Amino acid sequence: MGEPATKDVLSLDELEAAGGLRTGRKHILSILVENKPGVLTRIAGLFARRGFNIDTLAVGPTDDERISRITLTLDGAVHPIDQVTKQLHKLVNVLKIRDLEPAETLARELAMFKISADGVARAEVMQICEIFRAKIIDVSKRSLIVEVTGTYDKVDAFERLVRPFGLIEMARTGEIAIARGRGET
Amino acid sequence: MRAVDALMECLKAEGVDVVFGLPGGANLPTYDAFYDAGIRHILVRHEAGGGHAAEGYAKATGKVGVALATSGPGATNLVTPICDAMMDSVPVVFITGQVRTELLGTDGFQEADTIGITMPVVKHSFMIQHPLELPRSIHEAFHVARTGRPGPVVVDIPQDYSRADIPYEPVTDVHLPGYQPTTDGNQKQIRFAGKALANARRPVIYAGGGVISAGAAAELTELATVDRFPVTCTVNGLGAFPAPHAQWLGMLGMHGTRAANYAMDEADLIVAIGARFDDRVTGKLSEFAPRAKFIHIDIDPAEISKNVPAHIPIVGDAKNILPRLTAEYRALTPDPQRLDEWWSRIRVWQERHPLAYEESADSEIKPQYMIQALYEATGGEAIVTSDVGQHQMWTAQYYHFPAPRRWINSGGLGTMGFGLPAAMGAKAGCPEQTVICISGDGSFQMNAQELATCAQEGIAVKVFIMNNGYLGMVRQWQELFWDRRYSHVEMGRWPDFVKLAEAYGATGVRLEDKATLAEGIREALATEGPVVVDVRVTREENTYPMIPAGQPARNMVG
Ligand SMILES: Cc1cc2nc3c(=O)[nH]c(=O)nc-3n(C[C@H](O)[C@H](O)[C@H](O)COP(=O)(O)OP(=O)(O)OC[C@H]3O[C@@H](n4cnc5c(N)ncnc54)[C@H](O)[C@@H]3O)c2cc1C
Ligand SMILES: Cc1ncc(C[n+]2csc(CCOP(=O)(O)OP(=O)(O)O)c2C)c(N)n1
Repeated sequence: MGEPATKDVLSLDELEAAGGLRTGRKHILSILVENKPGVLTRIAGLFARRGFNIDTLAVGPTDDERISRITLTLDGAVHPIDQVTKQLHKLVNVLKIRDLEPAETLARELAMFKISADGVARAEVMQICEIFRAKIIDVSKRSLIVEVTGTYDKVDAFERLVRPFGLIEMARTGEIAIARGRGET
Repeated sequence: MRAVDALMECLKAEGVDVVFGLPGGANLPTYDAFYDAGIRHILVRHEAGGGHAAEGYAKATGKVGVALATSGPGATNLVTPICDAMMDSVPVVFITGQVRTELLGTDGFQEADTIGITMPVVKHSFMIQHPLELPRSIHEAFHVARTGRPGPVVVDIPQDYSRADIPYEPVTDVHLPGYQPTTDGNQKQIRFAGKALANARRPVIYAGGGVISAGAAAELTELATVDRFPVTCTVNGLGAFPAPHAQWLGMLGMHGTRAANYAMDEADLIVAIGARFDDRVTGKLSEFAPRAKFIHIDIDPAEISKNVPAHIPIVGDAKNILPRLTAEYRALTPDPQRLDEWWSRIRVWQERHPLAYEESADSEIKPQYMIQALYEATGGEAIVTSDVGQHQMWTAQYYHFPAPRRWINSGGLGTMGFGLPAAMGAKAGCPEQTVICISGDGSFQMNAQELATCAQEGIAVKVFIMNNGYLGMVRQWQELFWDRRYSHVEMGRWPDFVKLAEAYGATGVRLEDKATLAEGIREALATEGPVVVDVRVTREENTYPMIPAGQPARNMVG
């Protein structure tokens, strides 16, 4: 394509459209927002209104008490991520958004599982826990409560393995994430 | 001083000269402050009227409009104008009263979650959390409403906070770290755009309401006339380019001209400026302008590639970008003759398909003729507001707006009942100008109560009701797409608009004969005070041409 400042001809045929594209992969957005009442409602409302589906959402404080971090994951096969971030940017209380690069990002989720396990089953579950470095945090006659941390996929894998034993209850936080290296996320 | 007195100081500092509102329990302190604040307050008859009046004021003057309401029902009555201002990017600050903080969340008397109810339809909102925050929040509200892509901002003030005694110091700066609109367009992209234009053989400029908010009408004309670029505007953009003009194609979209729609259909390059590719413009998206590449200039990055992927996106203020684009183009000294072929094609469309209608053979007044007569009687110089329906589209087609801020309508939300209060607000902001409202017999009844406000305040708006006895636009759709099954669109002969006008203290006139229409319009325009003219027109006339909803421009009918 002809350089902008030169006189060479620019063929319209060569112009390519930008934006509105589906990336086809999972995205983790790390959003810094002002720690003010109603901010989460504004974000949730925006997603509902525009038909964006949040897969997971985690909210917590940052090192600065005036600022909270929202980490959310969504599916780039379903949503044009650039449109999602641009709409988020329009919210006055949203300070900064990063669409974290998967290769440069450490993501973790915490999950707790209450699994029915007695007799033989108990030993098997404990073996799975060991492989996943999951912690058993409570034991009763018929069940165990297990704590797992890891990526979303790891927690998913754990869930798949223990489900056949009888999953009584499960709680997952959704991923939080931080970019590797020196820069601020 | 009381927080509400500080509020008055803030409004004055923002240059507010008129506000529209109606008091109640939760904003009694605010109204006490208005008693001797020296700001003109116009007491409306319904808060929705006040909200639309603030929009009309903002659209006519380019300044921020202000509307006030009490808590609960007062605030909920503002929801429609707030949403309307959001859809059409109108800068308005809405100030609502709220119940005392001790009652919040208890279903207190006249408590409504105003911030929650309005959240999806505001640019931003402030719930005052402490009396000391009030002055700063007010200035922030004006700043957000006015800058970037303009829009509505709500400030909700609990009654007890508004009475609090606070030390007031003028606020001279606003600090919103999360709000920094981009105004400067990227130079490299502007250069690319210049080159693309220089290489286009079938270019079209598609301009919208953003050119008017930017105050960039002159800059648009300069860009268009640096060569012979054909120009079309959206409904909201009318007046951004002077009509008539040799390069003017007319409006585009559902009820636009064939020349404009066909030109979009065959264009190789479309320059969208402050326009948002609404579905009333694109029709069937997948078949919209299939041969074109797009340069998209908009101050809101989220508009770019939202509906139609842009090839050269330029984020920023049209006022800043257009002169730079013109300069880039000029420097390339392209051969103007390359557009000859394009123009001869466009001229054929224009000659073959001018806007036209069948004139009546007898005394009947055709609605299109009514608009032509109004255009002639006002010399095209009036500020014209409209309601929503057929009359709105005929006005957009047949009243040729020569300048920006003369045409004020509800485009995005399509709010019936917008016209009269918007005219009232426009006239309050521009008292020297002739302000007319072109309404329908259906729409007019949705905010007719504001005639009392006009009479009391001496606001001399001239209302012309295009009376067809139907909810005309809906009747048209039922005729064309629902086998003429006219379901609940007949308005009959009620009310008697002449008597209604008189009851409200306005002058009422009825015009029924083509032969005396022009004279009657002139007389009405010359009559002092608010006037309502009931113009009886053809009952079942259709607005043409038309792209049936969801179809491509090629399929225009009528
Ligand atoms: C009955 C009915 C029929 C209709 N038929 C038609 C029709 O036939 N044709 C038609 O066009 N419309 C029609 N409409 C209106 C339509 O629904 C839309 O409201 C209209 O097309 C939107 O206009 P716009 O694209 O100019 O955008 P607007 O809503 O006016 O938005 C302005 C755009 O400009 C941007 N902007 C704001 N400030 C700046 C700045 N300083 N610099 C750069 N950009 C800026 C904004 O971000 C926004 O994207 C109809 C409406 C009704 C009710
Ligand atoms: C508040 C509201 N309700 C309903 C509609 C749907 N609607 C669009 S046009 C129209 C008919 C308007 O009738 P009228 O004001 O008489 O104008 P005409 O079309 O006859 O010129 C209606 C009901 C609307 N736009 N706004």
